[in-house]
Amino acid sequence: MANRLVYILPLMVFLIMAVYFAIGLSKDPSILPSALINKPIPEFSLPPIDGGPGKGFSSADLRGNGVSVINVFASWCVPCRVEHPLIARLAALKVATVYGLNFKDKPKKALKWLQEMGDPYAAHGSDPKGRVAIDFGVYGIPETFIIDNDGIIRYKYVGPINPGRLEKEILPIIKKFSP
Amino acid sequence: MRKALFALALVFAWPPPAWAVNPDEVLSDPVMENRAREISRGLRCLVCQNQSIDDSDADLAKDLRIIVRERLTAGDSDAQVVDFVVSRYGDYVLLKPPFKLATLVLWLGPAAIAGGGLIAVLMFFRRRRTGESAVQPAAVLTRPPPLSDEENRRIEELLKDDAP
Amino acid sequence: MTAEIGHFALILALLIATMQATLPLIGAHKGYGSWMATARPAAVTQFGLVAISFGCLTQLYLTSDFSVLNVVQNSHTAKPLIYKIAGVWANHEGSLLLWVLILSLFGSAVAVFGSNLPPRLRARVLSVQAMIAVGFYLFMLLTSNPFERVFPAPINGQDLNPLLQDPGLAIHPPMLYLGYVGFSMAFSFAIAALIEGRVDAAWARWVRPWTLAAWCFLTGGITLGSWWAYYELGWGGWWFWDPVENASFMPWLAGTALLHSSTVVEKRDTLKGWTILLAIITFSLSLLGTFLVRSGVLTSVHAFATDPARGVFILAFLIIVIGGSLALFAWRAPQLVSTGVFQPISREGALLLNNLIMATAAAAVLLGTLYPLLLDAIGGGKISVGPPFFNAVFIPLMVPMIAAMAVGPMLSWKRADLKPALTRLWTAALAAGAIMLAAWALFADGPVMGVLGIGLAGWLFIGTLVELGGRLQLFKVPLSDSFSRLRRTPRAAWGMTLAHLGLAITIAGMVGAGAWRTESIQAMKPGDTVTVAGYEFTFDGAKDGKGPNYSITEGTFRVFKGGKAVVTLNPEKRIYMVSKRQTTEAAIHTTFFGDLYAVVGDQDPSGAYVTRLYFNPLVAWMWGGVVIMVCAGCLSLTDRRHRIGAPAKSRAQGRVTAQTAGA
Repeated sequence: MANRLVYILPLMVFLIMAVYFAIGLSKDPSILPSALINKPIPEFSLPPIDGGPGKGFSSADLRGNGVSVINVFASWCVPCRVEHPLIARLAALKVATVYGLNFKDKPKKALKWLQEMGDPYAAHGSDPKGRVAIDFGVYGIPETFIIDNDGIIRYKYVGPINPGRLEKEILPIIKKFSP
Repeated sequence: MRKALFALALVFAWPPPAWAVNPDEVLSDPVMENRAREISRGLRCLVCQNQSIDDSDADLAKDLRIIVRERLTAGDSDAQVVDFVVSRYGDYVLLKPPFKLATLVLWLGPAAIAGGGLIAVLMFFRRRRTGESAVQPAAVLTRPPPLSDEENRRIEELLKDDAP
Repeated sequence: MTAEIGHFALILALLIATMQATLPLIGAHKGYGSWMATARPAAVTQFGLVAISFGCLTQLYLTSDFSVLNVVQNSHTAKPLIYKIAGVWANHEGSLLLWVLILSLFGSAVAVFGSNLPPRLRARVLSVQAMIAVGFYLFMLLTSNPFERVFPAPINGQDLNPLLQDPGLAIHPPMLYLGYVGFSMAFSFAIAALIEGRVDAAWARWVRPWTLAAWCFLTGGITLGSWWAYYELGWGGWWFWDPVENASFMPWLAGTALLHSSTVVEKRDTLKGWTILLAIITFSLSLLGTFLVRSGVLTSVHAFATDPARGVFILAFLIIVIGGSLALFAWRAPQLVSTGVFQPISREGALLLNNLIMATAAAAVLLGTLYPLLLDAIGGGKISVGPPFFNAVFIPLMVPMIAAMAVGPMLSWKRADLKPALTRLWTAALAAGAIMLAAWALFADGPVMGVLGIGLAGWLFIGTLVELGGRLQLFKVPLSDSFSRLRRTPRAAWGMTLAHLGLAITIAGMVGAGAWRTESIQAMKPGDTVTVAGYEFTFDGAKDGKGPNYSITEGTFRVFKGGKAVVTLNPEKRIYMVSKRQTTEAAIHTTFFGDLYAVVGDQDPSGAYVTRLYFNPLVAWMWGGVVIMVCAGCLSLTDRRHRIGAPAKSRAQGRVTAQTAGA
């Protein structure tokens, strides 16, 4: 009988693999979870986009001022253009302070882009070398982070957000962590 | 191989690519540079497909290569440099996955397969030695049908063919 | 119209294949000769129809018919002719069409040349072939139709990925597919044998040429891909343990194991169940390779996210084919009777060791390739499994195998003594030691693994020669006797010896290129000279030019050694006009001891160019060794034992074949 079992073994191994495959089909391998979820934000201080309004923002601004959202964007990033109206909508709801992190961009182009697309950000900071973005574990933009009142990263989304993502994930999480 | 990179580029955006390891990145101290290369080879370029930051021409890979060199110059040990990157991007950046519970099957799998195979081979020989009485009855029941005339004729032909 | 004809031919092929999958199978079961007889014309018709379909797609590419989506996405009017043709299969849909073209070609080959097969076996084999084909036709027609029209038709196409516009990569997919599909023949024979409940030496001989041919093509195909990476990616890497590469390497490992185990079935009438299982596994891995690469379950599931139907279909197809055949195996294989008995130390034992290691290697590569996916599926987080893992697992497996490879062919069948074999190998051990010492003296600062690796290659090479010498009784009998023994050695035995020698050379090349390469990256202005591995590279500057569908920056290096001019290298940097993508064309000068490899990059503001110069030792050995292995496979393929049943030629009558020699 044990002999029989040996012959059935390959089938069993394959079937187990097939089940994993079936589950794996629904997953997107290019989306990485952040290593920084539920970790405090890195310390940083960003100047404003050169020639633009405001005085930039720093890690201190993100602590004790309610829930914040950081949106990483650049003028050369096509998907950013796609999601920008939704960022504007999120900012207009006034449930969180929305910051813009301008990633590896030319100041002039960034300002022109904001002029064209609208500037929904409470403040924006310029990260020309992308170092702060790397501290945040950014690997492809746009990326959007939600940070709670204590400066803890609670959520990150990679890629352009869509209305469904905004309604079903981002807004509920902001609500959950609102004091 | 690099096709996937382009697929990703459609979804996420990065500045235009630069070439892997440029002269301006290279450290003047060859020992230090060698350490940097070694570390870089073990770190995955996140926006590429299974490529290390050492091989990749992606912008993020370049940034990480520079960071690796900066940390080394600042006096970090190799492990500290790797930790610096892992703390930001997670275990995913390690091309050699760390040995832990989640990777237990991965690391022990090949040895287990080899061991299992070896045991199977040993069992095979043992069964042979103790005779095949256990499997014999079933085998007798399903003996292949006797050779047909056609087959016998072909065997003859083959034998003739192989004869000196 | 052409697109519609192609599409219609494909639908007809599906109908024919459905008939071919059922009627002969039932006929073979019930003994209806006329039903079985339908298999042969059906297989030939199927091939004709797919050929028409493939011809139509090629025609669409040649005429740049941009009303067809597939052509729009992968072609452009400015593309050179050869890449218009290669474009046919350089995409998901077209490559599937090529796959079924080869499948039906092989099927009709069995139908036309398989007169020596017993009618039942032939009917069943063709029926199983048709079942696989049905799956592919359905997949294409339902989810990946290459003839889909687009409206309105764009003025021009989006061009083929420039990395793929390369002669090496143009023939790489067809070679791989010839390999994958070749293994489908071994699979069909295995399934037919399981249905029949009978595996014997004759069966093993019928399967062997297909397995051998498939192995040759796959070996060539993988190497072409590797060679392409070497000259195209711009830094001399040739193997990355990339999922895409692993997908083709796994069937190669399993197929190599199958090649060795089938000789045991042929000569010793044992290991039947295992050989059948290997045939199933090899083809399953081929299917996995075909689908994983093209559909992107590993590289990017976006292909699935946009078209879930594809993913579901592939999974269902794999479950039916692989699950079905393994279930049949579980049911029928225990009834296969083996008569051969052997001791652990014997030729069979050595081949079994080869099988154990090759199968473990294939399983380890499979595990490493799929593990991130599996872990993610259970929510275990994202990890990467890269070259460090594969090297850590693969090298310890290969070392004992290569060490044993020199010994195995010296053992006799059934029962052997290890001691005389090892005593005969003292020359090999001596040679390996000498080579290691020499390597150590030359590259004392290099990795220890390099020294060990080159020693191992030497051990295998000399060991194989010693075995050959023993077979010819060299220096023991008069030279003329040895010569006549040499002439009488069957080609299959020559194949084994040559393949093992080829592998030894390849390993030496891999070790050299992996362990001892020299690299120099710098910015160079015209007139600058850099020394790499004793070669002085003088940069003469770069000039711009134009290719058919790209613009070029071409650099010039004059290379000297000890003041003597060696060669002038002209690496290129290309920018393709349609996609704006950039590729590098390295300039390579091959010498016996290594490749001079130069790449020119971007110009910096000061006018200097970024240049990468390499000396890659023994790279040519790597390719040369593979060429020897493939030739060895082809030589073995011509062995007359594979043509059994063919009318005996009078010339063959007088020849002597040593039945026991060779593997």
